[in-house]
This record gives sequence, C-alpha cells and structure tokens, in this order.
Amino acid sequence: MSLLAEVTGSLGSIGYGLAAIGPGIGIGIIFGNGVQAIARQPEAYGVIRQNMILGFALTEALALIGFVVPFVFGK
Amino acid sequence: MSVVNLATESCHLNSGCGFPAPSADIFFLEPYATLSIGGMDFTISKAVILVTIVALVVTAFFMAAFRAPKLVPGKLQSLGEQAYLFVRDQIGREVIGKDGDRFVPFLTTLFFFVWMSNLMGVIPGAQFPVMSNLAFPVSLTLIVFITYLVLGFKHQGVHFVLDAAFPPGVPKLMYILLTPLELLQLFVTRPVTQAIRLFANMFAGHLLITTFTVGAWYLLSPSLIGALGSATSFLVTVVLTGFEMFIQGLQAFIFTLLTAVYIGGSLHAEH
Repeated sequence: MSLLAEVTGSLGSIGYGLAAIGPGIGIGIIFGNGVQAIARQPEAYGVIRQNMILGFALTEALALIGFVVPFVFGK
Repeated sequence: MSVVNLATESCHLNSGCGFPAPSADIFFLEPYATLSIGGMDFTISKAVILVTIVALVVTAFFMAAFRAPKLVPGKLQSLGEQAYLFVRDQIGREVIGKDGDRFVPFLTTLFFFVWMSNLMGVIPGAQFPVMSNLAFPVSLTLIVFITYLVLGFKHQGVHFVLDAAFPPGVPKLMYILLTPLELLQLFVTRPVTQAIRLFANMFAGHLLITTFTVGAWYLLSPSLIGALGSATSFLVTVVLTGFEMFIQGLQAFIFTLLTAVYIGGSLHAEH
C-alpha cells in the first residue's frame, strides 16, 4: 500500500496542539458567558464564579491530558 | 545531557552543544536511600521528604492555632480561623450547604495539604512540586473516592447507584446508551480525572518553568542574540513562577471544590 501522507518529527507537540483546540474554545465560552452573567446579575457573583471555576476545571483537564500523555506514553 | 548536571557543564549557545531540552526525567530524581522493612522497599526520595515536611507544617500550624482557643483570638488563632472560614464559606456552604459543615475540617485539611505540596514547586531549595508525582494525587483521590462512596451508600442506600445509573425523565430506550456512561462516570471518570487534573497541572507547570530556566542558562553567551535571548528567558521564568503560584492555589481550590461537589452529591440526591 502506498503512503499518501505521513507526519514525522515531534508527534507529541502536534498531538498537544490538536488536543488544545477543543478546550481552548470551551474555556473561552465558559469565561465569556460567566463574565456576561456576572455583569447582568452582580449579586449572584458567588454562585456564578463557583460554577465557572468548576466548568473551567473540567474542560482544562482535557488539554492537560493532551500535554502529559506524550511524556508518559511517548516512544 | 541531563538537565540535572547542566549547571556543572559549560553548555552554551555557541559552544557546539545542542539545546538540552528537559524531559520527564526531571521528575524521577535519584532516591537518597532505600529502606527494606519486612521485605518491602521504601525509597526515601525528595518527594517523600517534602511531603513529610508539608504534613508536619500543616499539622503544626493548625495545632498551634487551635490548641487553646480563646474567645478573643490571638494572631495565630485568627489566621487559623480565617483559613477555616475561607473553606467553610467559599466551598462548604456554597456547594454542600449547611449540613456540609461537618466535612469542613476534612476539606480544610485537604485544601492546605494540597496547596502546601504544590507550593513546594516554587519555594527555593525545595523546587519540586510533590503533586507532580502521580502517586500522591492518586492516594488523595482514593481517600476522597472511598469517602463519597461510603457516604452515598449510607445516606441513599442502593438509590445512590440506581438514581445515577437510571436518571429519571429519560425515554426507556436511551438507558441502553446512558446507563453504561453514567456508571463509568461515577466509578471511573470522576476519580481518574480528579487525580490526573492535579498531577498534570503540576507536571506541566514545573516542566514549563524548567524549560525556560534551562533556556536562560543555555543562551547565556557573549553574543547579542544570546544575551537578549537569555535575558528574555530569565524574565519569562520570573513571570511564569508568579503565574504558577496562582495556578497552584487554584488547583488546590479546584481539588477541594470537586471533593465537596462529590460529597454533596452523595449526601442528597441530585434533582
């Protein structure tokens, strides 16, 4: 079978770049909407910030797993 | 060339040696000693010593603050009360509610233990974030995992698992898809991501700081590019260290917050 395309070199870096796209968009949405919610209802700051940080933590984990996996399972 | 003995070699920009990029090796330091007790090997490494110091410091602080509590608190006691009230008001009351007050001592201990362990990553002399060693976050997560499982079965009985596996108000056919996912979420995804999140954050942060530190040393050479690059790298190291301190606090907060969320879910059924 002939090779159509090949990726060589630092695959871990490419993997991390790909893994960071989704969480990047997600974190943007979370904080964007969080700030908007605080601006609309400043008295609910405590609850909104709590949920904002929670959503951020859950989303950010994906990007970090993408960063760590090449180190742990690489080569 | 390994990063650890970089400082003793003269490896600079134009001295004909490549950039010694730090790898995962920097997290596996040579253990100081190995003790054999009853057929089991205990290695005394930097992480073990640091985690012991952290445990002693946190215990000593809270013992000193609350050993003889007075109605009008002294300096140390007010500091301890501030720490306790921060966890109670920001995490306990906010997430679990008033009946979560009995878990606040556990949450406070967890928060300050994780935070101090993380802080070891930037304290000069130590400079090794304990939680970048996967064993430590996994042990902490196991404690949390067992705690909320036991609490869930104690307060809700079998409904703890049944309600999670069969969420109400869903078409019957969807359970084929939903039930395995929900069970996986409860027993696997939750503890695994909680441990990995803390580990990966500390791992990534430490690696980033090390990369720029090594960069500052490597670029140090008598040329314009080298001097500028070295100065920039050093500046970035300082800024990143500040940023890392923020991340360390945030990760300790998130770890405790998630613990509180899981305990809260075990205490009363979600609606």
